[in-house]
Amino acid sequence: MTSITKPPVRHPSLPKNALGLTKREYEGAMSTLCAGCGHDSVTAALVQALWELDLPPHRAAKMSGIGCSSKTTAYFLRQSHGFNGVHGRMPSLATGANAANKDLAYIGISGDGDSLSIGLGQLCHAIRRNVNMLYVLENNGVYGLTKGQFSASADVGSKSKRGEANVQPPIDPVLLALSLGATFVARSFSGDKTQLVPILKAAMRHNGFAMIDVISPCVSFNDHETSTKSYRYTRNHYHDIAPVDFVPLRREISAEIPDKSLVTVTMHDGSVVRFRKVDSEYDPRDRDAAYAYVRARQAKGEVVTGLLHIDENAADMHGVSGTVDTPLVELPYEELCPGSGALAELMEEYR
Amino acid sequence: MPQPSNGAGVNDFAFKIGTVNGTGSASANSLLMQAIFRMGIPVTGKNVFPSNIQGLPTWYEIRVSKDGYTARPEHVDLVVALNTATYAKDVAAVRTGGYLLYDSSWPLDDTLIREGITILGIPFGRMCVESFQGDRERTLLRNIAYAGALAALLEIDMDVIGEMLREKFSKKKSLLDANFTAIKLGYDYARANYTCPLPFHLEKMDANKDSILLDGNSAAALGAVYAGATVGAWYPITPSTSLMEAFKEYCERFRIDPATKQRKYALIQAEDELAAAGMVIGAGWAGARSFTSTAGPGISLMSEFIGLAYYTEIPGVFFDIQRTGPSTGMPTRTQQGDLLSIAYLSHGDTKHIALFPANPAECFYLAVEAFDLTERFQTPVFVVSDLDIGMNDWMCPTLKWDDSYRPDRGKVLDAHALERIQRFSRYFDIDGDGIAARTLPGTSPKGGYFTRGSGHDKHAIYTEDSDAYMEVVDRLARKLVTASTVVPAPEFHVQNDGGGAADIGIISIGGCHAAVLEAVDRLRHDGRSVDYMRVRAFPFAPSVREFIESHSRCYVVEQNRDGQLRTLLAIETGVARDRMTSVLDYGGLPLTADRVVSGVLAGERQTGAPEYPSVRSAVPTMSS
Repeated sequence: MTSITKPPVRHPSLPKNALGLTKREYEGAMSTLCAGCGHDSVTAALVQALWELDLPPHRAAKMSGIGCSSKTTAYFLRQSHGFNGVHGRMPSLATGANAANKDLAYIGISGDGDSLSIGLGQLCHAIRRNVNMLYVLENNGVYGLTKGQFSASADVGSKSKRGEANVQPPIDPVLLALSLGATFVARSFSGDKTQLVPILKAAMRHNGFAMIDVISPCVSFNDHETSTKSYRYTRNHYHDIAPVDFVPLRREISAEIPDKSLVTVTMHDGSVVRFRKVDSEYDPRDRDAAYAYVRARQAKGEVVTGLLHIDENAADMHGVSGTVDTPLVELPYEELCPGSGALAELMEEYR
Repeated sequence: MPQPSNGAGVNDFAFKIGTVNGTGSASANSLLMQAIFRMGIPVTGKNVFPSNIQGLPTWYEIRVSKDGYTARPEHVDLVVALNTATYAKDVAAVRTGGYLLYDSSWPLDDTLIREGITILGIPFGRMCVESFQGDRERTLLRNIAYAGALAALLEIDMDVIGEMLREKFSKKKSLLDANFTAIKLGYDYARANYTCPLPFHLEKMDANKDSILLDGNSAAALGAVYAGATVGAWYPITPSTSLMEAFKEYCERFRIDPATKQRKYALIQAEDELAAAGMVIGAGWAGARSFTSTAGPGISLMSEFIGLAYYTEIPGVFFDIQRTGPSTGMPTRTQQGDLLSIAYLSHGDTKHIALFPANPAECFYLAVEAFDLTERFQTPVFVVSDLDIGMNDWMCPTLKWDDSYRPDRGKVLDAHALERIQRFSRYFDIDGDGIAARTLPGTSPKGGYFTRGSGHDKHAIYTEDSDAYMEVVDRLARKLVTASTVVPAPEFHVQNDGGGAADIGIISIGGCHAAVLEAVDRLRHDGRSVDYMRVRAFPFAPSVREFIESHSRCYVVEQNRDGQLRTLLAIETGVARDRMTSVLDYGGLPLTADRVVSGVLAGERQTGAPEYPSVRSAVPTMSS
């Protein structure tokens, strides 16, 4: 992400990752979002996370629907293929693309309008199928591009800029994902890059559907005093369950830290997620406990954040359906066509 | 040209069986049809069934035609009336001089009494109660019993029936015995009580050596397998469901890795048709040959995504197995009601390639062609079939495969090709044919681009600039013009090869073909001069316009209320709509030759063309 046009020349001292790429090579076009938009911070965190993960940019596929959040796929990974589809239907495009080529890193960016209203069905079914992808839901409680209507994530009583109070109960994407059996559920805040980057990294390495609900305030239509999706409100009601460390596979873990409050989860590829200073009653591997915990804290007016649930044992869409290890797009035609002999044999059954 | 006949002769008649759905009559009916086929006699079977699982009327119509006519018959020579709820309708369907067979376990119902037909009673129900145990078995075997009676009355080869039963129940001895008993019940009773065979009956022929019995949905699915399709996404909907189910069966047979037992295909049952279309497009974007199968309601739902695929230029094959609309309509009846909506599906300026198979064999070949066209032109391609083609077993030529076939993947730049160019621009028309080269995700850092349904320029960059926008959409229009010269050409049946055009030009499409072919024979036999063109693809090839222009009197035969093909022809060729007369049939049943003949003759009378003695009368269905 960038909000100003930068010269194409790179400073020679910019740090490089294992692929020899600087962070600049993970950026994209100039953002056209409003100055101060939470979504731009999410994009910056993504750039940081993908750079740190040494992801070859062209091996990623950026998927999005329609809305402010969906525009952001143009603002990072300029060398990747991106697909800005139709409103609320990004999950089906990602599902089809993933079915065809399971070896790409699918990065889905959506918003609360895109995901929780028009696209609610597709989101639910992508979770159900455990499509292997990152799904970032940039949540601001408001329709920005159409100038300020409430979205389905707006809290009851939260007031619009014009002073109108929302009366319908919100759909909480975290509770939704937990109840649907999502295998990776997190909530974060665009204003907390320290928390967001390791969560994004762990999500990218998760083998399955990784949903991150990121509270990402809309500075133009929903950042006022009476909004519950503002920077100020979120900061004041923020409760981080446990700071997360993401340890990629290639870095040796020298010794186990003898700390009772430490929970470690080994990822599909051997990387490790460490939860530090977890509340004694909280275990991110326990879905029901995570659900109850989020609900209990919500009742107290707190926004629980962090990597709330992770299940590394579930099979993704391909694992469940038993497709071949080679991506389907790479299978040579000769392996797909049964040929004239098989057809002649088959025809005998229709006589 | 065979002498067109009015039926009711040896190997030239039709019969119909009226039963209640969910009682197991389907297997008896297909047994009859297949036995006749194996006797080497051309045969057609049409299943007229309800949108229901159990308890509503269902019919099966079988036509036997030594001349190979496969259209649905207008009248039948024999009705087997086993559903009291439809007695009145069934007895009326018998031609005068024909026969009615009913279950005489109960007294003859007054409804069934009609002058001019012969009524035959056989106590199927009572015989089955006496011979079998349990309600379910009795009900199921009653069907086999009527098959046995028909075998006697029509002289179906009992050896063939025996052979088929043995094939079917090879692993279930008790079922095999029960079926044989049931067949014999009907067969023996008919022989003992009636003069067998009836005046119209079967005699072995040798006409089916290079033919098969196959439904269009299975054929289309097989085409998808042979074309190398790897991703199928769908939402169940009548009458398209069996296409995906057939794809699954063929894949389980041909696409399982022998060593690992893993699948070389992905079949996703989507949450709705919107998602199914999205998955097809996502997979097409990623480089797979992908497809869905649906019907009218699904087409409506997919329309948003179709516009996206058109504008962003992504391949995908969409099988539309048309059923009777509008809205839910009659899901188990056939129609050609989606022609106009498919041609320009989705908002904004759009136009789509569509192929129109006329029978199951063509479903197979056009399915393969659809996958080539969709990748070559990087745009959605529709294969527009219908319930009659898709779900009924048709006699058609044995499918053949040319092993030298290789998929046309269109212009796709790989990493090597990208290395040699300065800059990749996704929508740059280098060759002047309207088709720009694409790249697949994951190929190379030089191949990345941003696919967007929003306004874009030739570099795939967002734009709100009029000229940059128009440059792209104008090229899309050019691309479809190129397509019109490449899509399957119409099929012509002209009266005078090399001579001038005939007086009458008939134009038709898809599943009407069988009836039109028969009607053309009849009209010519009656002294009319007739040429026939079957349109096989949209956008129309230039020869379509030439055909219309060269015939002073054109009749457009199709199965919808509003003459959609005629409208489409008028829009696309510029020929005035009034230059073409519609012959329409849209009640939901497969078209009959009678309807075509009467429609054309009605039109001829209006134009003052000379009167000829008409063939059998039918309900006039002409409108102009």
